[in-house]
Amino acid sequence: MAPQQRKPHVCRNPDLIRGVGKYSRSKMYHKRGLWAIKAKNGGAFPKHEKKAVEAAPAEKPPKFYPADDVKKPLVNKRKARPTKLRASITPGTVLIILAGRFKGKRVVFLKQLTSGLLLVTGPFKINGVPLRRVNQSYVIATSTKVDISGVNVEKFDDKYFGKKVEKKKKKGEGEFFEAEKEEKNTLPQDKKDDQKSVDAALIQSIEAVPDLKSYLGARFSLKAGMKPHELVF
Amino acid sequence: PFKRYVEIGRIALVNYGKDYGKLVVIVDVIDQNRALVDAPDMVRGQMNFKRLTLTDIKIDIKRVPNKKTLIAAMEAADVKNKWENSSWGRKLIVQKKRASLNDFDRFKIMLAKIKKAGVVRQELAKLKKEATA
Repeated sequence: MAPQQRKPHVCRNPDLIRGVGKYSRSKMYHKRGLWAIKAKNGGAFPKHEKKAVEAAPAEKPPKFYPADDVKKPLVNKRKARPTKLRASITPGTVLIILAGRFKGKRVVFLKQLTSGLLLVTGPFKINGVPLRRVNQSYVIATSTKVDISGVNVEKFDDKYFGKKVEKKKKKGEGEFFEAEKEEKNTLPQDKKDDQKSVDAALIQSIEAVPDLKSYLGARFSLKAGMKPHELVF
Repeated sequence: PFKRYVEIGRIALVNYGKDYGKLVVIVDVIDQNRALVDAPDMVRGQMNFKRLTLTDIKIDIKRVPNKKTLIAAMEAADVKNKWENSSWGRKLIVQKKRASLNDFDRFKIMLAKIKKAGVVRQELAKLKKEATA
């Protein structure tokens, strides 16, 4: 017999109405078997000795009392955690982005980052959407899933996507500025390689499904007669 | 003038209420407005005629049969297949399918429509060419 399986215990004193139990105090005494416990213990209820309480170290009265009473802020026990992910969004789901530069693009969901944003990729070769963060609120989750098992997304986190901190330059002359601006516009090569490695496995599993590649390459739009509240995504 | 009559054994489609879209059998008439109605997957109950649309299908039963005889009579008359092959039944099935389409399915249908239109247009162009030639 499996040790964990137990029939859920029905309560001994069911409510007739809220606040009124079916059995009286004396009946409950009998039902709980307190008489049997007492009998086993020789007439009195078994007691255990109290643990000796150590004397608290003597507190000296404080030397300094502040002039005005300062209000203490209320206790806040909330913990920061990433936004609750909708049940329809699982790794490999095709999402439709609704706002921003890539609005209407159908995109593959990879994972949720610790900030709560969703990590998403086009794949870049198919629709031009790179590895990118997207907010869950600006996304429609479709029920189409892509096989994502061959992709390793461990190394991506919010810091990867943060703005690069520039070293503070003293106010120089005009020549200084032009030299700096030209370097910033290109993507570093390692980010391009990351994109390629993530997309390689993805594109293989996408090409396994007929029409999925052209589906991801097309944008979504509402046409005449489409009622969003009646559409099944 | 009337072809479909309210009679015992007439199959009707529920067009309003909790059982919307179900096929039910009229097993008895209660009064001028209501019928006793039954189906294999529901508890026998009364329904106003206004909630029913009569179909062409009729089965052979006595007044208020028990569930077993009702199901047997429906199998004997092959109601399910008759309904699904009728043009009305097929239309409803297509409507349901269209409503449940995925975004990906809609995309695939769009591709298929474009392809079909292309083939039709090619044939038409061929025929036109032959007509003028």
